[in-house]
Amino acid sequence: MNLLLFIFIPLLSAIGVLVSNGLKQVRMVAFIGSAIQLLVAFYLLNQYQVAKDLDGTALMYFEQTFAWFPSLGIQFHIGVDGISIAMMLLTALVVVAGVLVSFSMETLHKEFFFLLMLLSLGAYGFFISLDIFTMFFFLEVAVIPKFLLIGIWGSGQKERSAMKLALMLMGGSALIFVGLTGVYYFTPVLADVRTFDLMSIAKRGIPMDAQLFFFPFLFVGFGVFTALFPFHTWVPDGHSSAPTAASMFLAGISMKLGGYGCLRVATFLMPEAAQVYAPWIIALSTIAIIYGAFATMMQTDLKYINAYSSVSHCGFVLLGIGMLTKTSITGAVMQMVSHGLMTALFFAAIGMMYSRTHTRLVSQLGGLLKVMPFISSIFIVAGLCSLGLPGFSGFVSEMTIFVGAWQNPNMWYRIATVLSCASIVVTAVYILRAAGSSVMGEIKDSHFTSLSDAIWNEKLAAVVLLSGIVIIGIAPFLLTDLLSPGADVIMGKLFNSIK
Amino acid sequence: MMITDILFAMKHELMIAVIIFILLFWKIRSNEPNNALVMALVNGLLLLSTLFFFLNPNESMLFNQMFKTNVLTHFQKSVLSLGMLIVSAVSYAWLLKNKNLIEFYILMLSSLLGMFFMISSSNLLMFYIGLEMSTIPLAAAANFDLQRRKSSEAAMKLILSSSFSSALLLMGISFIYGTCGSLQFAHLNNLLQHTPLTVFAMVLMFAGFAFKISVVPFHLWTADVYEGSPVPVTAFLSVLSKSAVVFVFTNVMFQVFANLYQSWVLVVALLAFGSIVVGNLFALRQQNIKRFLAFSAIAQVGYILVALLGESVQAQAAIFYFLLIYLFSNLAAFGVVGIISEHTGKENIDDYKGFYKTNKFLSWVLAIGLFSLAGVPPTAGFFGKLFLMLSGASTGNYVLIILASLNLVVSFYYYLRVIRVIFMDENDAPIEKTEAGLFPRLALMLCILGIVVLGLYGPAYEYIVQIVEHY
Repeated sequence: MNLLLFIFIPLLSAIGVLVSNGLKQVRMVAFIGSAIQLLVAFYLLNQYQVAKDLDGTALMYFEQTFAWFPSLGIQFHIGVDGISIAMMLLTALVVVAGVLVSFSMETLHKEFFFLLMLLSLGAYGFFISLDIFTMFFFLEVAVIPKFLLIGIWGSGQKERSAMKLALMLMGGSALIFVGLTGVYYFTPVLADVRTFDLMSIAKRGIPMDAQLFFFPFLFVGFGVFTALFPFHTWVPDGHSSAPTAASMFLAGISMKLGGYGCLRVATFLMPEAAQVYAPWIIALSTIAIIYGAFATMMQTDLKYINAYSSVSHCGFVLLGIGMLTKTSITGAVMQMVSHGLMTALFFAAIGMMYSRTHTRLVSQLGGLLKVMPFISSIFIVAGLCSLGLPGFSGFVSEMTIFVGAWQNPNMWYRIATVLSCASIVVTAVYILRAAGSSVMGEIKDSHFTSLSDAIWNEKLAAVVLLSGIVIIGIAPFLLTDLLSPGADVIMGKLFNSIK
Repeated sequence: MMITDILFAMKHELMIAVIIFILLFWKIRSNEPNNALVMALVNGLLLLSTLFFFLNPNESMLFNQMFKTNVLTHFQKSVLSLGMLIVSAVSYAWLLKNKNLIEFYILMLSSLLGMFFMISSSNLLMFYIGLEMSTIPLAAAANFDLQRRKSSEAAMKLILSSSFSSALLLMGISFIYGTCGSLQFAHLNNLLQHTPLTVFAMVLMFAGFAFKISVVPFHLWTADVYEGSPVPVTAFLSVLSKSAVVFVFTNVMFQVFANLYQSWVLVVALLAFGSIVVGNLFALRQQNIKRFLAFSAIAQVGYILVALLGESVQAQAAIFYFLLIYLFSNLAAFGVVGIISEHTGKENIDDYKGFYKTNKFLSWVLAIGLFSLAGVPPTAGFFGKLFLMLSGASTGNYVLIILASLNLVVSFYYYLRVIRVIFMDENDAPIEKTEAGLFPRLALMLCILGIVVLGLYGPAYEYIVQIVEHY
């Protein structure tokens, strides 16, 4: 299995979009490109299982290394383990769904799909990189497409939101960069060559004082991407101003880049510092969970509801990482996948409703279940997944995090866990209220009766995302089995540092 | 040494001199030359001079050890020739209408020739002559929009500030000569002791250099001169003359003043920070796009100074690499600004509202140029800027690195402001569709190619490291 496919397929689809003409041709190219990505991602999963059965001891599979800037020790080093494969599957699913719901994009369609493909390229590149410089490169590749997508095709105060998002993410990147230079210069030098290579830095280890100084830079830097409190303020504005596909992308994938970075780079490379700073991480993520939940209660715009609830849900990811037990870390990754699918579905449903009713305000909607049953149903399903109903992925992932968090006997951690658990009640309140008043009840506006239900591409998008949610919900072991070797490696590093 | 060797060693200088002579005779022969023909000739020969890069460089010491050539100077001269070629090609429309085209070329090329001598100098006197030769013609060229008052104001400011900085440099040079008794770069390295007088001399020379590359607080002339001069001259000033001075500056710092490293490290750190902050803050509020680029260029110089704090080889490689990228990015931006300014006379950022609706190609070129200046991947500017900071961090200046990286966010804001104006803002009467013409189009495409390829293609950087190490 050649991982370079995940660079070339999005790249070729992007170029294909550029050379094709007319909306029909452009969206077909984009759809075919993203569908191939999805197929290749599943093929990768299959090949990974095969390779794993042959040799279960390897840390990373399908590794490839190319020299990029050898004199600086920068390599193009790629490889995957279970965690990255899970994230890549998530990316592939969200990209297909995002392309499908944007089929009716009239204005500047060529640029739109080009930027979407560029975004997916950035996400795949990030997840397969094993060199932290390359990883940083791909992380930043995705910033400008987001800015343009929101600013050009968005709604409401789009320019302001786009600018806010780009600047905050850039601020996060600046912090990450400082952290990277620290890692680079403080990792012991072997054979006169410095390195950015994730695995060899992990092997060489970073001195404690450097870890203490640079861990916050890396963790907060990646944290900005995943809405770490108090750097979450770009999330509500960015998500709600973005066009549907971009919202799905932002909440579904972009926020996960940060979580993955917190885990793979910050925690994995600096386990000692992670233990020192764990109480801070837990405190901040608990605040994000509770604050996000209560802030959601006050929202009247459906997109803002989902955006603030994303702050709350991504808090669980950071909580799971901060708890530093194997179960909680597995749960954190499960939550990333689950939240990615769920929130993408949610945004897709909201987008479909908005494109028909031209309003997103809960107070103006009502009775949609009668006129557009399909869209309303997926809206409700996404809501139920979000509040953690058993049978959907939200339940298993949050449950795993709580179980993992409880393994940590520290009193302070337990209080945080209990508080976070309690936020689920708040979640239930706002989700049920939003669902109740927007899709159930009387039809608020008479012109709603003339509206049509979802068409085939929208249905397909919803089915793609929904199947992911249900499969994880019913058979969570599929995902946990995939994640557990990767989590073991990270935990191994942590245990060594405890000794 | 054979005469052919000497000729071969000086191929870049000779080529430029030949062009200047041809133009002179052409001017004598006819007062109304065919502009298109003149440009074809000059651009062709400049292209040839750029392609000299692919010839084997040879190492030599000429003229009583005043003039050296090696792989590095060979590379630097080729880069500058390329820059001159791009400037000349993107300003095709402006030049075509110009009544005094030949004089304009003679001035610019003399300046370029001066830069070549400056780069090749291995003696402070030679360096000084080259520097003067490169600045004085520029003052005349800055005044080339003969009808505009701002243009002559710009020329006046340029000549006053550059003569002031030359005076500082000369004073520094004479102190150094007084303490060491030599002007040779190679000797000075050993002769310079850490005494108050040599430190003072270094500060004077440093101030002189700082004027030329507009480091804060010696930057006050920059914005006015950039705004007043015709766009080709502005592009030349901000890219070529800056690069040439930085080439020599790094050489002098790492070769001549290496012993005084402890004294200049703090100065450089402070000035770097000052340039970044002041450049960024002033760029935030600019309305005129040329002034905006001027202040952003001041901030860029700050990042170059950050790299200067690093270890010799890594720092020089990072700086030369950055300058090469900077050349492409800045010329792409200035190219588009120049074309628009020539066709419509509009130079304000707000005039660019809705630019994307009418001019897709030019919008993307400007956007990619600005992205590269801002340091966004996958453009080469990302690598250029990160390598500068990586080099600065190699000696452990983390406070400066943290401040510099956070300032990247500020710079991001003002570059994105322009992008936002181009792509997102509505305008009832955007700039009408503008045909760039064949040569400018080719030159802009070359810039884009450079911006994309230089970063993603690692060996480009490795090549620069190699020649820096070799030398």
